[in-house]
Amino acid sequence: MATKLKATGVVVIGLGAAGGVAVLPLTQAGLEVVGLEAGTWLTRRDFAPDEIRNNVRDWPQSVQKAQQEVPTHRVNAKANTTRAGSHPMMNAVGGTTLHYWAQSWRLNPWDFKVVSATTRRYGALRVPKGSTVEDWPFGLDELEAYYDKIEYEMGVSGQAGNVKGTLDTRGNIFEGPRARPYPMPPLRSTGFIDLMAAAARGLGWHPFAGPASINSRTYNGRSACMYHGFCNKGGCHVDAKNGPHLTTIPRAQETGRLKVVTRAHVTSIDTDDQGRVTGVTYVTDGQEFIQPAKAVLLGSYTYENSRLLLLSKSKAFPNGLSNNHGQVGRHYFSHAQGAGVTALFPFNINAWYGLPAQGVAVDNFADDNYDHGALDYIGGGNLWVMSDRRPIAAASMGTFGRTPSWGKEWKQFVMENADRTNTAYIQKTTLPYESNYLDLDPTVKDPLGFPVCRITADYQDNERKIMAHTQDKMTEWYKAAGATATQANPLGTMGPTTHAYGGTRMGKNAETNVVNEWGFSHEVPNLGVLGASVMGTSGARNPTLTVQALAWRTAAYLAKNWKSVTV
Amino acid sequence: MTIPLTPIGGGDVAAAPPIAEAVTQAAPRREAIENLTAAEADLLEAICARIIPTDATGPGAREARAAHFIDRALGGALASSKPAYTAGFAAFDRYCRSSRGKPFLELPARDQDSVLIDVETGAATGFQGGSGAFFGLVRTHTLQGTFGDPFYGGNANFVGWDLIGYPGVRTNVSAEDQRLGAKLTPNHKSAYDTEMFTKAQARLSEPVKPSESSVSSVALESKSVGYGH
Repeated sequence: MATKLKATGVVVIGLGAAGGVAVLPLTQAGLEVVGLEAGTWLTRRDFAPDEIRNNVRDWPQSVQKAQQEVPTHRVNAKANTTRAGSHPMMNAVGGTTLHYWAQSWRLNPWDFKVVSATTRRYGALRVPKGSTVEDWPFGLDELEAYYDKIEYEMGVSGQAGNVKGTLDTRGNIFEGPRARPYPMPPLRSTGFIDLMAAAARGLGWHPFAGPASINSRTYNGRSACMYHGFCNKGGCHVDAKNGPHLTTIPRAQETGRLKVVTRAHVTSIDTDDQGRVTGVTYVTDGQEFIQPAKAVLLGSYTYENSRLLLLSKSKAFPNGLSNNHGQVGRHYFSHAQGAGVTALFPFNINAWYGLPAQGVAVDNFADDNYDHGALDYIGGGNLWVMSDRRPIAAASMGTFGRTPSWGKEWKQFVMENADRTNTAYIQKTTLPYESNYLDLDPTVKDPLGFPVCRITADYQDNERKIMAHTQDKMTEWYKAAGATATQANPLGTMGPTTHAYGGTRMGKNAETNVVNEWGFSHEVPNLGVLGASVMGTSGARNPTLTVQALAWRTAAYLAKNWKSVTV
Repeated sequence: MTIPLTPIGGGDVAAAPPIAEAVTQAAPRREAIENLTAAEADLLEAICARIIPTDATGPGAREARAAHFIDRALGGALASSKPAYTAGFAAFDRYCRSSRGKPFLELPARDQDSVLIDVETGAATGFQGGSGAFFGLVRTHTLQGTFGDPFYGGNANFVGWDLIGYPGVRTNVSAEDQRLGAKLTPNHKSAYDTEMFTKAQARLSEPVKPSESSVSSVALESKSVGYGH
């Protein structure tokens, strides 16, 4: 028997990167908010620098709700379905920002207008066949103020490349104009990063320090980064990694209007006969609760956003909430972030410490920053070289075909080369396609008996061509810096990933999008959706800063239009 | 006055014969076995010792106590791999006796390596799911036991970290520490030598393996999902 709780103003489902940000503008505007989070609070004491626990055994996301609902994957509707061993995201107050890499990029101007910009420069036929990509309902100019808000509220370090149209070659000259510089200087460089930057300049490229939601100096009373090398899939032991659990959520709690409920597993978003949201149902320790609310913001992860909508069936929405146009789950894509390049140097590079966000970027081959006139694809990739390595991973390095993978010769190879290797990370444009989508798995269920999300998706020609081009450029860069061997790594699959987009895409057209330009459902006026599930393009960027900027914008819109949204 | 070198541990260690190829390496102490049978533990020790051999360049998996790491983990985080180990050891022993006429422990190092090549390449017969999968399982865990935090029972005396030149867990790294050519003194510290950190275990078992494959999927470990943030 479900317990019906006292009604509130807004329920936010999920207190991660998106929901954890949305609670602040809502409570600051005077609204009462209940934040439902499947995980718990964790503190810096939970973040031991332990490779076995963090990287091998996938702590802490393992003890999580997400682990029980790992999506299944198939490359197309006729292929076999497989299920990965674990979910890449974690549940906690602050969500995956606890252990993410914290690279905090803005999208470039081109990412908002892929269709119109491509058509204008190369002709309409250059938009890849089968792609469902659309222009965003607004441009970077609209989102700039929200990016700025997050960079200062959260704390982002970086080097501006374009302040109000004035370019600064120390930063990314390809970024769109920003109102002011970052609140903190970039994370410091290393000897190896300096070497790579010099090599890029020698090639005529524009290397720069990338942005990170990590303190490069004391910020708002919290410590600067310690560069200890366990940031990758680990939490920060000095709270220098800036998630909502350290910033927006505590500030919202200070207003007295945010109630945080942990270990709350939301099982449905409930509606009335008129098709308006009335609240949510959640389960804690086997007990069911109904939390009525005037508005609901859905901010779980991309897979769970689509899944929860599809599971929330009612008379008004027989195919799932906000799905009367059949758009929930469509326009899914996941970043082509595999296919990096690994290099071997003839000298030690001293990369035992650092973090994935401490590095040097080259944006010359991203987006439409170079002429695609003679090419047969659109988009590109951001090349990223970082200082990040741990001992088990180091010893597990490939041997470039020079020795077997064990025994005496291998041992000598690893002893000599463990500190001579580096792997670059290349974020690449990925587009949505008609054939790539999310739905409910017909057989696999979570422990509560609900079907898990099923991913049907594969990379297409455009992504593979970007891969080939960016790997060539990355190889060129490593060789210019003195690498004696390189290896291009495979692209991988579109199985569960930390960079999953779409399923509840944002756009003005209700026939092709789930939410409008403010992030509210075209079909359910008092339901908003937060997260990368609303994004229609990925750019060549990590998604989190854009997710946070959009979450703030949607929450601010709700606060400002409270009466009309909740009528 | 000369203080006699006493091996860590006791028993018959001082009387043990020198390890082949080793310089002046005292045989490491063997811990009580927690999950394997004695015969399985001996076989695992011998396999680990060929994967990362003890030789003139220094200690290997034997001194790191990689087999101890695996034995202990098979009762906890690696419990789901226990059946694969049990079956794999039995198949390994049968293959060794039938193809070489002797148990693995009685073969000279060169012949042990040739058996392991058969197992690695999938040429060894009698393994459920292929011998290559079993080899991959043991190799992955041998590396974890040699190069992981000593908290888990391997990387004894930090020999694994010293082997690859990892200077150790630090909680604060300076700009100088990240300079090219910086000489860092190994600090020989486990994560849990810093008392602020909780020792909460990751999970009761390693990730559930992909449904399609059995043993071979273990090698995937954390690579089983796409990440990078």
